[in-house]
Amino acid sequence: MDEGLRSELSKQGVFTTTLQELYNWGRRSSVWPLNFGLACCAIEMIAASMSRWDIARFGAEVFRPSPRQADLMIVAGTVTKKMAPMVVRLYNQMPEPKYVIAMGACAISGGPFKQGYNVLKGIDRYLPVDLHIPGCPPKPEALLHGIMKLQEKIAAQPLTGDGRPRHLQADAPAEFPVPAYGPYDLTPAKNETLWRPAALERQNAA
Amino acid sequence: MGLVAAAFCLTPLVLARLWAAWFSPRKPGAEKNAAYECGLESRGEAWVQFHAGYYLYAIVFLIFDVEALFLLPFAVAFTQLPTGAVVAMLVFVLLLVEGFVWAWRKGVLRWQ
Repeated sequence: MDEGLRSELSKQGVFTTTLQELYNWGRRSSVWPLNFGLACCAIEMIAASMSRWDIARFGAEVFRPSPRQADLMIVAGTVTKKMAPMVVRLYNQMPEPKYVIAMGACAISGGPFKQGYNVLKGIDRYLPVDLHIPGCPPKPEALLHGIMKLQEKIAAQPLTGDGRPRHLQADAPAEFPVPAYGPYDLTPAKNETLWRPAALERQNAA
Repeated sequence: MGLVAAAFCLTPLVLARLWAAWFSPRKPGAEKNAAYECGLESRGEAWVQFHAGYYLYAIVFLIFDVEALFLLPFAVAFTQLPTGAVVAMLVFVLLLVEGFVWAWRKGVLRWQ
């Protein structure tokens, strides 16, 4: 619908909308997170759900104990290599449409434990992360801001065309491969289709 | 009236079901359809049999659970109790102890 006509109609008291906006409004207004936390960021997530910050204002207060009912996975904390397969498996068990927030430095990159032998250097090696919330840990306000940003992202997703969400693409993968414990490290060490590290360009190569 | 009430309940359920059948983006998979929802892989059959020894442990625990329930008020009121009550309590405790000694001697508490 033409934007000008729409604003003209709204001045006359006629509110118009599109199926896409209605659909996205429903999706973004009830983003139910999966009830799990991995480390100290989870404490901030819990604080965000309590009365002082009150995540319920964004329709995201219904922390689901089962992945079958969750829309959003908040990876709140350090993902150890022992925990990574469980996290990926839980993500696989969530129904579409589903979103991932990497909360805190550890979930983004391994954080202060990046040099350690047993910590995954970022959950985006295995999962399609929609939003990164930096901080160590991020304050509850930061998580709320992240949820608002996620809502903006959901609202902006078209239902047709190239930018449509994954659940509307017939050929998009339903599951992401779960890593297994190899002799030295998790195998595969990363999901090649998701994670592409920035290539270094050396300018003064001798 | 009952029919209207039933329809009032069932119609939204049927509508939700139809809506899901037509519009829900279905993406099934082996991981997604797995029975266990803890992130761990399920191992073995769901119809596992528990060891009979566990049952005996549970019975013995239950007996002492109930005994503790009686022992607490007994201990609180101990100084004001008449002799008859003390004897009755002793008989009760001794009956349980006898059963416990019997179970112990029978080797129930030895896990195998």
